[in-house]
Amino acid sequence: MDRNPRKSFQDMILALHDFWAAQGCLILQPYDMRMGAGTFHTATTLRALGPEPWNAAFVQPCRRPTDGRYGENPNRLQHYYQYQVILKPSPPDIQDLYHQSLRVIGIDPLKHDIRFVEDDWESPTLGAWGLGWEVWCDGMEVTQFTYFQQMGGFDCKPVAGELTYGLERLAMYIQGVDNVYDLDFNGQGVTYGDVFLENEKQMSKWNFEVAETDALFDLFNKAEAECRNALANEVPIAAYEQAVEASHIFNLLQARGVISVQERASYMGRVRDLARGSCEAHMAKEAAGWAEKYPEWSK
Amino acid sequence: MSGSDFLLELRSEEIPARMQAGARAELEKLFRREMDAAGVEAGEITVWSTPRRLALIARGLPQATEAVSEELKGPPVGAPDAALEGFCRKAGVDKSALETRDVKGRATYFAVKNIPGRATKDLLAEAIPAIVRDFSWPKSMRWGAASISTESLRWVRPLSGIVALLGDDVIECEVHGVTSGSVTLGHRFHHSGDITIGNAADYAMKLRAGHVIVDHEERQDLIRSGAAKVASEAALKLVEDEGLVIENAGLTEWPVPLLGRFEEDFLEVPPETIQLTARVNQKYFVCEDVQGELANAFICTANIEAEDGGARVVDGNRKVLAARLSDARFFWDVDRKKTLAEHAKGLERITFHEKLGTVADKVDRVAELARWLVEEGIVKHADPELAEQAARLAKADLVTEMVGEFPELQGLMGGYYARAEGLPDAVADAIRDHYKPVGQGDEVPTAPVTVAVSLADKLDTLRSFFSIDEKPTGSKDPFALRRAALGIIRIVQDNALRMGIAQGDLLDFFADRLKVQQREAGVRHDLIDAVFALGGEDDLVRLLARVKALQSFMDTEDGANLLAGYKRAANILKKEDWHGAEGEIARTGEEDPLALVDDPDMRAVIEAKMAERHAKELSYSFEPAEKALMDALDTAEPAAAKAIEAEDFSAAMSALASLRAPIDRFFEEVTVNADEENKRAHRLDLLAQFRAAVHKVADFSRIEG
Repeated sequence: MDRNPRKSFQDMILALHDFWAAQGCLILQPYDMRMGAGTFHTATTLRALGPEPWNAAFVQPCRRPTDGRYGENPNRLQHYYQYQVILKPSPPDIQDLYHQSLRVIGIDPLKHDIRFVEDDWESPTLGAWGLGWEVWCDGMEVTQFTYFQQMGGFDCKPVAGELTYGLERLAMYIQGVDNVYDLDFNGQGVTYGDVFLENEKQMSKWNFEVAETDALFDLFNKAEAECRNALANEVPIAAYEQAVEASHIFNLLQARGVISVQERASYMGRVRDLARGSCEAHMAKEAAGWAEKYPEWSK
Repeated sequence: MSGSDFLLELRSEEIPARMQAGARAELEKLFRREMDAAGVEAGEITVWSTPRRLALIARGLPQATEAVSEELKGPPVGAPDAALEGFCRKAGVDKSALETRDVKGRATYFAVKNIPGRATKDLLAEAIPAIVRDFSWPKSMRWGAASISTESLRWVRPLSGIVALLGDDVIECEVHGVTSGSVTLGHRFHHSGDITIGNAADYAMKLRAGHVIVDHEERQDLIRSGAAKVASEAALKLVEDEGLVIENAGLTEWPVPLLGRFEEDFLEVPPETIQLTARVNQKYFVCEDVQGELANAFICTANIEAEDGGARVVDGNRKVLAARLSDARFFWDVDRKKTLAEHAKGLERITFHEKLGTVADKVDRVAELARWLVEEGIVKHADPELAEQAARLAKADLVTEMVGEFPELQGLMGGYYARAEGLPDAVADAIRDHYKPVGQGDEVPTAPVTVAVSLADKLDTLRSFFSIDEKPTGSKDPFALRRAALGIIRIVQDNALRMGIAQGDLLDFFADRLKVQQREAGVRHDLIDAVFALGGEDDLVRLLARVKALQSFMDTEDGANLLAGYKRAANILKKEDWHGAEGEIARTGEEDPLALVDDPDMRAVIEAKMAERHAKELSYSFEPAEKALMDALDTAEPAAAKAIEAEDFSAAMSALASLRAPIDRFFEEVTVNADEENKRAHRLDLLAQFRAAVHKVADFSRIEG
């Protein structure tokens, strides 16, 4: 029997935590840096590499500066939440687990049309790609479902399954709300707008109009240099953080409209080099230990 | 003994809809390959697909293959041991098993291999893993614990089960940890638990009981008729879309078309944008009302028979579509805040090609060319101002939000925006239609301003890419230059535009495209060659008129006989290495001798030379047939030239036809290789003159037959 679904935004997160904890996932907290997607969390990128089993679930706040709309658009935000589940190796019943998780948050697949529509995932910045689907609930994309094939340019051995739920969308759907700011946050009268509307207004303004671009360019260069410093000193996790930082600064520069089309490709290439370099260094550091523990991995 | 039916089901996680047709074909191909290799007559095969399974049924497979005996001839007795051992190794037999036989009096070793018949079930058990391993997908992946090695099985998405039954028996096999059996699964939500298949005959039925319609064609029919039905129940007419039928059938195992409504206000945006949003983003059908106008309705295809009749499903889909349509309306509103001329400034930022500058640069060239086409009178009845204006605005919609979102709407949106800002219809139509004709069946522009812009755009594209040596090679045509050339050919033809279309390489490129295009219209490519070979013809309308007249002529008895006469004359001239007076001029190094024949200045030179030769040669009296041919040529040659000048090609053919009887008679009665040199020279000259007269019309040496 399905449990009585809990419908507030925070209840939904708690229900997912309960569910995935019961499946043996570590319940992690968000990475304490600004990033564009949950996939940037080291629990996803770095843990997707190597042979060791890894099952984790966490909420990751995502920053997409160019998507800001000053709080005026009912479903576009420059800051929103993703719920990430990473299961390595991908278990045979991963689709069933996913369906159960939908039931837990109140989506009955005999009342709602759930479909798996081809959508392959690629992140040139991370040198990563995978095959999978976007999952539709009554025509709305609610989850990205991906089998990672490569990360940082390396084959994923074994392959991890990644589920990324769009929490605001799902909540709007479950609550029958047309405007994200009207979402019931806690079931006790606090709305999403109460929590985030002012943030969206201010941050949209800062992203688009205020942020000092010279300082941003400077930050980008400093992050790049610091990443190389960390790499030179064989601390790849620290290097990776600087790659994440550079990636976000680049997104801010984009929002400020100061990067031309021609420059864009070059900046992306620089971020990619940092991310790949960090993954490579991480692999290099761990490979010997992994090979010893998992002889079949190095084949 | 009648055979058994074989069932194979390969169950997986959701196969992309677009890959299913290819996968069915691949499954059948690999199965036939395996059966051929094993010597099993595969017979009638049915393949089905759903998002979660590929199925194959082969009917009437034999229980076993027949035993066969194979003989291999080896070295003669007494051959070196090494040769004998090599033979045994190759034949896979032991030396002691060799037989000796007499071959033309020589004792020779033979290996006799008796290959016993094998049970089909054993062959299938080997074939199934081979099929799975060799299966080719457009994109495939690894998964699960086994993927710790990159050697693990690759499939389009995780492969989760195999059903393999010959008659009622399971064919036991295993591929990378997936073991065959008789158990499958039904619909993901409408059926829980296993379904055990008895044999090929009950497969579809049992799946149907499990809410899975395994036959994709049946699902397509259900969607087609179901969508039409829900539309008519709402007093609407479904806008048919076969691509959507197939895609939705590839996304569902139990398709249920449902009709929903969206807010009528959205209908203020151009209907094409609504249809495209619904189709591309949501895979919905749309409907028309009784007047044939787009209605505020959509049809989605659910994969469940929802408990509430689909009310929630429809409502959810309605919201998603509303959000999409809000975006479209937002784009429509934002884009109209600027004029197309303002949008066009944005083209300066878009690179057309790194060696060819920006799109704005291209637009400048096209505008100039469009105006020129009108001012030169090539495109008639158009206002040069409007042609230039339309050309300057034709690409502006590329930088609008709407076209950014839906590139398919390029041109069309520009037309809407042009009308919305009150530009003349001729300009709006030209912007809308200037990409036409796109495909083979696409209509060809005829409105004068549109013709000017469309032609100028395509000509500029071809000239520009040819100027930087970016020509199509083989199957590679990244800039769609073949399509552009074909578009030009069709515009020029349909509008009878008189113009020199190109020179050099580009003209040759047009000639090739023209041959391909005309072949489909039943025009002989050798006749096109025959006219092109004359050189200098860059007017497609004139060229095709000439080819057409030539083709009619070649279908007549006169034409066929004249060709025979021509070939005979040409052979003699070739054998004698005789070039005639024209040839002598030609050998001065000019590249195009025949062009010179028509040159008035050169004509005087040639005539003087001919007269000089004739004066020398008129020392004998002509035979009647010889004289007749001379007379005929004297009449026919200027007549043909004059007719061609006047572009009266059927008159030109008639002039040639008048040579048929004289040339036939000439060959019958006159000996060309006369003993007297002056006679021989005169007769060869006469043949050269005949050939030249024929070449006034076409290079008959290119004509087949």
